[in-house]
Amino acid sequence: MPAVLEISGLEKTYRSRRRGARKALDGFDMVVESGEVHGFLGPNGSGKTTTLRTLLGLITPNGGTMTLLGQRVPAALPHVARRVGAIVESPQFFPNFSARDTLSLLADAGGVNKQRVTEVLEQVGLRDRAKERVGTYSLGMKQRLAVASALLKQPDLLILDEPANGLDPGGIREMRTLMRGLAASGMTVVLSSHILGEVQLICDSVTIISRGRRVAYGPVADVLAQHAGAGVTVKLESADDLSAAAEVLIAAGARVTPEADRLVVSNVEKPAWVTRTLAEKGYFVSELAPVKVDLESVFLELTQTAPVAGQARQVDDSAVAAPAQGGWGV
Amino acid sequence: MSLAKAEVRRLFKRRVTRIFLAITLIGLAIFPVAFVFNSKPSTPEVRAAAEAEATRNFDQSVVQFQAMVAECEAAKARGETGLDDRYGPNCGADFGPQREWYTAEQFMPYEFNFRDEFPPSLAVLAAILAMVAFVIGASFVGAEWNSGGMMNLLLWRPRRIPVLLTKLGVLIGAMFGLTVVVGALWTAAFWAIGRYDGNLGKLTAGVWQSFALSGARGAALVLLAATLGFCLASIGRHTAMALGVGIGAIVISEIGLRILFELVRVQFGDRWILSTYLVAWFDKSLKITNWRACELATGPCTPPEYIVTWQQSSVLLGAALVLAVFGAVWSIRRRDVI
Repeated sequence: MPAVLEISGLEKTYRSRRRGARKALDGFDMVVESGEVHGFLGPNGSGKTTTLRTLLGLITPNGGTMTLLGQRVPAALPHVARRVGAIVESPQFFPNFSARDTLSLLADAGGVNKQRVTEVLEQVGLRDRAKERVGTYSLGMKQRLAVASALLKQPDLLILDEPANGLDPGGIREMRTLMRGLAASGMTVVLSSHILGEVQLICDSVTIISRGRRVAYGPVADVLAQHAGAGVTVKLESADDLSAAAEVLIAAGARVTPEADRLVVSNVEKPAWVTRTLAEKGYFVSELAPVKVDLESVFLELTQTAPVAGQARQVDDSAVAAPAQGGWGV
Repeated sequence: MSLAKAEVRRLFKRRVTRIFLAITLIGLAIFPVAFVFNSKPSTPEVRAAAEAEATRNFDQSVVQFQAMVAECEAAKARGETGLDDRYGPNCGADFGPQREWYTAEQFMPYEFNFRDEFPPSLAVLAAILAMVAFVIGASFVGAEWNSGGMMNLLLWRPRRIPVLLTKLGVLIGAMFGLTVVVGALWTAAFWAIGRYDGNLGKLTAGVWQSFALSGARGAALVLLAATLGFCLASIGRHTAMALGVGIGAIVISEIGLRILFELVRVQFGDRWILSTYLVAWFDKSLKITNWRACELATGPCTPPEYIVTWQQSSVLLGAALVLAVFGAVWSIRRRDVI
């Protein structure tokens, strides 16, 4: 499949007289293939929105290359913008216009048939509230309007930054169905979200960013598999033997995390090795199961943003893919 | 073209535009209505009534004068002294009221003169429209930046400078149209007042040409104000930026500098005041007189004068215009949209 979106070595440094320089993107790479739903994940302040804004010509990068639909941007952005629908960060609209007016003005500006306005309002469920002022909308309704504005041009590539933000559970499910439907119709969707369960359900592939660098990418299943760590959970016939069994496994080279009634064992090539090693020492396994990982645990592991009891994590306390360079105060 | 069309729709859909236009039109309508109620045409009947009123006033004054002289002479006969101080020599009998002092003109009702009074009214119109254009211009782009509408628009039309200049062009076009329409209605209203409720005066082709030039200068001021408001708000990405600069300029220039110049007795201090150049632009020139140079107690004096010409004004206003437009274009080109 050809790449619809390619980013290579993207760099962006924000400079401020008072706060000095801050590297928001530090050689970031990303590839999105045609027709897939691609999750774009990262902790707060990791550079997701900066990436999307840079891609869409709102921010000027300091280095790197980007292509959208096969054309170099930002130079070719005026030519490809018609084929890219996007919402960036929180939905922002003029509060005194109605949803219909808002979309109608965008349609006028972009030379889109007015009929599309009615269609997208129907599609996002705002048909009956279309004449109300956007200022009176809830966050979820504004989010729907934002998605409607992105869909207005019938784009080939849809970029949505936190589209489920503020949506009720029904709305989240509708959004999931919408994304799937759009992808099925051939549209490529890039979805930035913190609702990792949703991303795991919706997305074909993901890119995880942390402190301006890509820390993982690929099909969701591959990313999960790569970070499952071949770990297993082990239960013994007698729970009293857990600590002794742990010592045996550690001595044999495994990594062991004791839990109340089991051991979580990693750094082992095959589960059978665990059974054999313990049996040789007279400990008999009653249950052996692979450790299940989900996107959330992979995300927390890769970005090192899992909460730690008694510590208040700061937004920039996340992992970097390579030895730290830049960051605050560069 | 589609962007320009959308921006025209956006401009006139905005509440600020609609409210300001409504208030402006209602406010402007008050002027001709007030003139209609106050102006009375100088008909023979009105003149005859004024003549009669003048005669009646003269007759009353004569009666009062004669009573005063009689009272003085009676007092003199009673032997009172100091009467010359109160009534003048000969009981003031030599200073009686004269008929020519009581002219019919003094008792004529106010009559609007189109030829003489229309040009100042154009200045008022231009000043009001310029203020409105400044606010509408600032809000048109400032609210868009502030609400995120500009970012949305740039996602659809990712050519920053053409988008900004299209918006500015639409604003200028709309304000020009508004100025022309309101100016035409204003002229027609005052012409009608002169024609039916007052006096048109001698209207030659030259007079009309002068009116047209004044109108053109006024329209230029309106467009300048709209552009400055728009550009300042775009640079600050907020309507308040333009309004702040506008209010700041008025406070500093019209109040602060005037007080300062008064305190340090600056010669021709008004030539450093912003409004001097606006008036000079509209009136073609403005004469500033340095009254401080004269010690009137020591005798007659001709104070020195300084003339501010419309050419000087056009350089200053043109420089402000270029700086503002350049600043707005530079800002949208260089600054990230975040």
